Amino acid sequence: MSLANAPLATPLRITGIRPEGAMSYRLMEMGLIEGAQVEVVRRAPLGDPLHVRLGDYHLSLRASDADLVDVSDH
Amino acid sequence: MSHPETAGLCTCTSPPTESHGSDNTAVRPATVATVGNPNTGKSTLFNALTGFRRRVANYPGVSVDVGRGPVRDAARPIELLDLPGTYSLAALSPDEMVVSNMLCGRVERAERPDCILAILDASNLPRNLYFFSQLADIDLPIVVALNMTDIAEARGIAVDAGRLSERLGVPVVPMVATREATVKPLLEALDAALDGAAVATRTQLPEALVHEAAALRETFGGQLHFAEAIRVLLDRDGYAEQQYLERGGDPNVISEARARLNEAGIDGPGAEVRARYAWVAKILDGVISRPDKPIRTASDRLDAVLTHRFGGALALFAVLFVLFQGIFSFATYPMDWIDAAFGSLGGLVGGVLPEGILNSLIVGGLIAGVGGVLVFLPQILILFAFLAVLEDCGYLARAASMMDRVMRAMGLSGRAFIPLLSSFACAIPAIMGTRAIADRRERFVTILITPFMSCSARLPIYLLLITAFVPTERYLGGWVGLQGLVMLAMYLVGVIIAIPIAWLLKKTAFAGPSAGFMLELPSYKWPRPRAIWQRMHFAGKHFLVRAGTVILAVSLVVWALGYFPHSASTASTVRQKGVEQGWDEAKLESELAGAYLRESYLGRMGRTIEPVIKPIGWDWRIGVAIIASFPAREVVIGTMGTIFNLGGDVDEAHTGLRDAIQAATWPDGGGPVFTLPVALSIMVFFALCAQCSSTLVMIGRETGSWVWPVVSFTGMTTIAYFAAWAVAAAARAAGL
Ligand SMILES: Nc1nc2c(ncn2[C@@H]2O[C@H](COP(=O)(O)OP(=O)(O)OP(=O)(O)O)[C@@H](O)[C@H]2O)c(=O)[nH]1
Repeated sequence: MSLANAPLATPLRITGIRPEGAMSYRLMEMGLIEGAQVEVVRRAPLGDPLHVRLGDYHLSLRASDADLVDVSDH
Repeated sequence: MSHPETAGLCTCTSPPTESHGSDNTAVRPATVATVGNPNTGKSTLFNALTGFRRRVANYPGVSVDVGRGPVRDAARPIELLDLPGTYSLAALSPDEMVVSNMLCGRVERAERPDCILAILDASNLPRNLYFFSQLADIDLPIVVALNMTDIAEARGIAVDAGRLSERLGVPVVPMVATREATVKPLLEALDAALDGAAVATRTQLPEALVHEAAALRETFGGQLHFAEAIRVLLDRDGYAEQQYLERGGDPNVISEARARLNEAGIDGPGAEVRARYAWVAKILDGVISRPDKPIRTASDRLDAVLTHRFGGALALFAVLFVLFQGIFSFATYPMDWIDAAFGSLGGLVGGVLPEGILNSLIVGGLIAGVGGVLVFLPQILILFAFLAVLEDCGYLARAASMMDRVMRAMGLSGRAFIPLLSSFACAIPAIMGTRAIADRRERFVTILITPFMSCSARLPIYLLLITAFVPTERYLGGWVGLQGLVMLAMYLVGVIIAIPIAWLLKKTAFAGPSAGFMLELPSYKWPRPRAIWQRMHFAGKHFLVRAGTVILAVSLVVWALGYFPHSASTASTVRQKGVEQGWDEAKLESELAGAYLRESYLGRMGRTIEPVIKPIGWDWRIGVAIIASFPAREVVIGTMGTIFNLGGDVDEAHTGLRDAIQAATWPDGGGPVFTLPVALSIMVFFALCAQCSSTLVMIGRETGSWVWPVVSFTGMTTIAYFAAWAVAAAARAAGL
């Protein structure tokens, strides 16, 4: 399942990422890589971007970018 | 914490320091560069170490604000460099590229630092160590400041600093940068590191990559650091590659190396990122312990409200509403005091000095010109304080994130929201703030629409005209005032015009795919009074300096152009007319003053452009005020003060500028010059025009071309002119 469609407030583990362009490499550098723990905390008032907890910190990213990330709930 | 054994070793970068401890020897101070992820407390630590002695250094070709300051109480002279916060050496913006360039000694006239002070956030160690692992590839000694240990503790995260230090091979000093006592041990660690040659543990990168990086360095005669070579190879079309080519590097060498890397399965930075995070995991194993389930902190609970689906939107509206209403109401008292002080000063000086040119110069030129502008200092301070609080507590990042979807409609992202919001205070820091926008196209579009946001310099104009001409009606039981609504409309005008312009720019000159959006949401913090005070102090000083220089100078020039030639023939013509028509003394005085102004150089200039502005309903005096306010729009207030005081439309009872313009009439028995439609059109003109030379200079500097300031000025002036005309026409049609 992609991170963009993941249920809210559920601990997830990243299983894969398909980087496209410099920006998505930056997302990897921010810690969105295989094995990392994420959780979609909530969506912004207009539905996008997503507010995720990534490891020890919080990150706001667009659904279109979250779509490049595959996750599983263990 | 472990200190590496350093006795007798001396790195080639730091000078031999026999004179340990004595400040008198004239050795160059050692340079230490502070680097770290954004929001790790870099500025706080910098201030704690230097005692707020930060000065901005300018380097040729570097537009980024690099702070410098001497370290207090250090055993040897140390100069601290404050570099922009960044997540990675793989630069996505010129701002980030500066970090790598400074560390590698690529900046002209800036010495290469002798040591890196890496600030790592203990509450978020893996991502911070990722950056550390890149820094370790730059061969400089490193000292780690492990900051935010209090926040880590509150979240139940424990870090064994001693073990971390052993594994990283560099000293690690745990601290809370906001508590100065915890910062002290850092001095000792820095001193030891400057003497020693502690080698940080490096990440084992893929073999092929290391090999190609070494080969690339060879082709450049070694004039390329390993860390730089990695970036050139991995970041396609990145800043490092661009710089490599500018330095005369061969593009074929890169493409061949990349082809070989591709065969080895390395097609971009992905392999590097994975290798580094694997290294981070190994380093942290047994060094860090976390609770099984993340502890819900006060910051998380606050976020649940402030970024809630409905609550969040409501909170954002409330914040913006309070921001704008606050400016209007809180500031009135100090403004009245300043106004009264200048009024009585003018009266006092005017009474003491003999009638004549000196009296006119001081009362009409100096006091009216500068006083009219100084009145707005309280408002500017309040606006900057508000924005500083929002930024310092961490709310601006949330606001940017919530606004991303809206900004996307214009082809921008939430990142553009922060500079745009701060340009309601001033466009200049806002344009500098756009450096945080990585995508060049998005950054340029943001820069070009920034001046449409109503900065604090427009505020005086709105306030003057609104209080003079908009009725003080109140609605909804007194909660909403008409004056406040008109004010809000003036702020909205710029925003509403900026939307299609951004969209158009993004479709034409800056067409291209959206660069995406990603923003860290740091935990909420109490705003620091000192940081807010710094911002207010800076803004206030900037404003006062402008009032004392540009505005003063323009006021004087305007006064002179409006006073001279002051010829006797003008006087005799008027006197003769007065005798013919039997004017009394007061009438004669006023007619005389009016005639002098009309015949002055300024009057001639104004009357030359009158045909252009007449359709809007402006008289030549308004035209003059607009011409004179090109260097800085707030000058228009002083200019109008000078013009309408010189014009002699003011009787004794009318001292303030507000009364003067209310009383101004068209010549030969015409009605008042300033009607509501005229007032509205002037406000709209100033809301949309580009009358600020500093902003235009800044646009030129940040876009690196004179084309954009020219486009900006002509475009905005044209838009402002037609919008002013349309508003005046509409208001007249509505019978206002
Ligand atoms: N609780 C706590 N707060 C800290 C500590 N260090 C800094 N802060 C706060 O963290 C916030 C960010 O600090 P800054 O010094 O502005 O961070 P910075 O790294 O310079 O941020 P950028 O300029 O964005 O790179 C401020 O509100 C500081 O008061 C710390 O050790 N503990």
